Amino acid sequence: MVRRGRSGPIRVLIAKPGLDGHDRGAKVVARALRDAGMEVIYAGLRQTPEEVVRAALEEDVDLIGLSILSGAHMALFPRILELLRAQKAARIPVFAGGIIPDEDARKLKKAGIKAIFGPGTSLQEIVTTAQRLARGGA
Amino acid sequence: MSPAVRQPPGARAIVEGDRRALAQTISAVEDGDPTAAPILRALYPRTGRVPIVGLTGPLGVGKSSLLNALIGHLRAAGKTVGVVAVDPSSPFTGGSVLGDRIRLERKPDDDGIFFRSMASRGEAGGVAAATREVTRLLEAAGYDVLFVETVGSGQVDVAIRDIASTSVVVLVPHLGDEVQTLKAGLFEIADVFCVNKADLPGADLAAKDLGELVALGTGRDGWAPVIVPTSTTTPSGIAELWTAVLAHESFLDRSGHRAERERARLRAEVAERVRDRVGREVADRLEQDPELRRLLDRVVARQLDPAGAADELYRAHYGRR
Ligand code: B12
Ligand SMILES: Nc1nc2c(ncn2[C@@H]2O[C@H](COP(=O)(O)OP(=O)(O)OP(=O)(O)O)[C@@H](O)[C@H]2O)c(=O)[nH]1
Ligand SMILES: [Mg+2]
Repeated sequence: MVRRGRSGPIRVLIAKPGLDGHDRGAKVVARALRDAGMEVIYAGLRQTPEEVVRAALEEDVDLIGLSILSGAHMALFPRILELLRAQKAARIPVFAGGIIPDEDARKLKKAGIKAIFGPGTSLQEIVTTAQRLARGGA
Repeated sequence: MSPAVRQPPGARAIVEGDRRALAQTISAVEDGDPTAAPILRALYPRTGRVPIVGLTGPLGVGKSSLLNALIGHLRAAGKTVGVVAVDPSSPFTGGSVLGDRIRLERKPDDDGIFFRSMASRGEAGGVAAATREVTRLLEAAGYDVLFVETVGSGQVDVAIRDIASTSVVVLVPHLGDEVQTLKAGLFEIADVFCVNKADLPGADLAAKDLGELVALGTGRDGWAPVIVPTSTTTPSGIAELWTAVLAHESFLDRSGHRAERERARLRAEVAERVRDRVGREVADRLEQDPELRRLLDRVVARQLDPAGAADELYRAHYGRR
């Protein structure tokens, strides 16, 4: 799993922003990406958008994955995208999953989230998408 | 910095506190990217002065939690902190879940901490091949104190000895049998023992047992390892743990061991780099150079043993005596 412009493995940050205790999905996704040969920085629960962006920059990741099942995605995701832009780091792709109604997913994709996956998505599909995004694909 | 000293732009950015440049250069070092070499070279004169504290010990004893507590303690005292936290890579897929960051708590706008997770990438011994050089980048970036958290494994990972100025071995109550198996490694590397989870029953007993073990040992270089009980949940013992680290740091200066150890390590590092390069070159040439191929053929045909072949090759190509 070679990263864009680099010879090492793809690095991905998996974070759960907000006050959401559902961490099973995030852990399952983290393990699937690991098994596909990626280095996954698991930042854990209750991250503020600021913390997510700071971690992404310090860890120099190729991709950010957000997991939310609490319903707070419409506030938190756009804020993270905004902070990334403010840091001139908008080129780091962001994808997400959890409980996100289709209507919201459409708006969030328009705002710049590259892909959104709900319950039951196959891990293979998530891995393939992560590989494509981390390599700079749309 | 005199303007006559030319530095690659990456190096200057790192010294000036550019966190992105630091983060990206760390990646380049990890990947063995040739762009990292001139930056490391330019920054090397700025290194070798700050304490590098190693945190090692079995899986789940609380290394990351202690790290978080120590960072809080140091930030309160106005010290800046750089961290490398190493977790294992899968030997099968090369992938890794790096989870030490979970324990980190900090103020949202605090630039006085730089925390980097690192996969071991096939390196045994508890750290990655790039760990040492990344500590140099962090020091050049101006962090006052550095920490390296090793892979948590059953064994104490001794490679941290070659990087840290003070090695803290973290244990917990009721590790009885484990302590026994760790014993040899423990004495080689521990400058400070931390008995964490002291909020759990049995901590006093564990500290006492450990004390007896320590008393049996002669202590390395005239330093007797200090034993500090801690709890990150209470929390307690964190200031004492830091005091013990500083006591060892000042012992290193007082006794002259710091300079001695540094020289020994750098000697080993230079030798290791030469060994790596020569080893790789020889491996290539054993297949490519016709003369050396014939030498290898004789080893394969059981006409010459590997040691004899190595002897012949070394004398012909590398020996000076
Ligand atoms: C298990 C569960 C819990 C467990 C959580 C255990 C844990 N540590 O995770 C417990 C019992 C603790 C719990 C508590 C609560 N829960 Co609950 N819980 C669930 C449940 C049944 C399943 C979630 C789950 O683990 N799924 C399995 C994982 C593998 O799937 P997943 O997370 O969806 O992940 C997949 C995809 O979404 C995607 N994905 C997820 N994250 C990411 C990230 C990236 C980057 C990518 C690419 C993909 C991706 O990929 C995964 C694989 O396909 C859901 C209902 C449901 N069917 O989803 C409710 C649900 C999420 N809970 C809900 C609620 C309301 C709560 C509570 C507030 C109280 C309550 N009513 O139970 C508390 C709050 C807890 C808290 N502190 O935040 C609601 C949320 C409503 C909403 N968002 O509008 C749900 C939807 C139930 C419902 N229909 O009401 N819950
Ligand atoms: N009771 C108690 N639990 C603690 C203490 N310190 C840490 N823990 C818990 O121990 C578990 C492991 O803590 P970590 O800090 O992740 O341990 P670690 O040594 O870094 O783990 P690895 O990096 O996976 O080897 C967590 O559940 C912590 O909450 C303590 O002082 N007391
Ligand atoms: Mg840890």
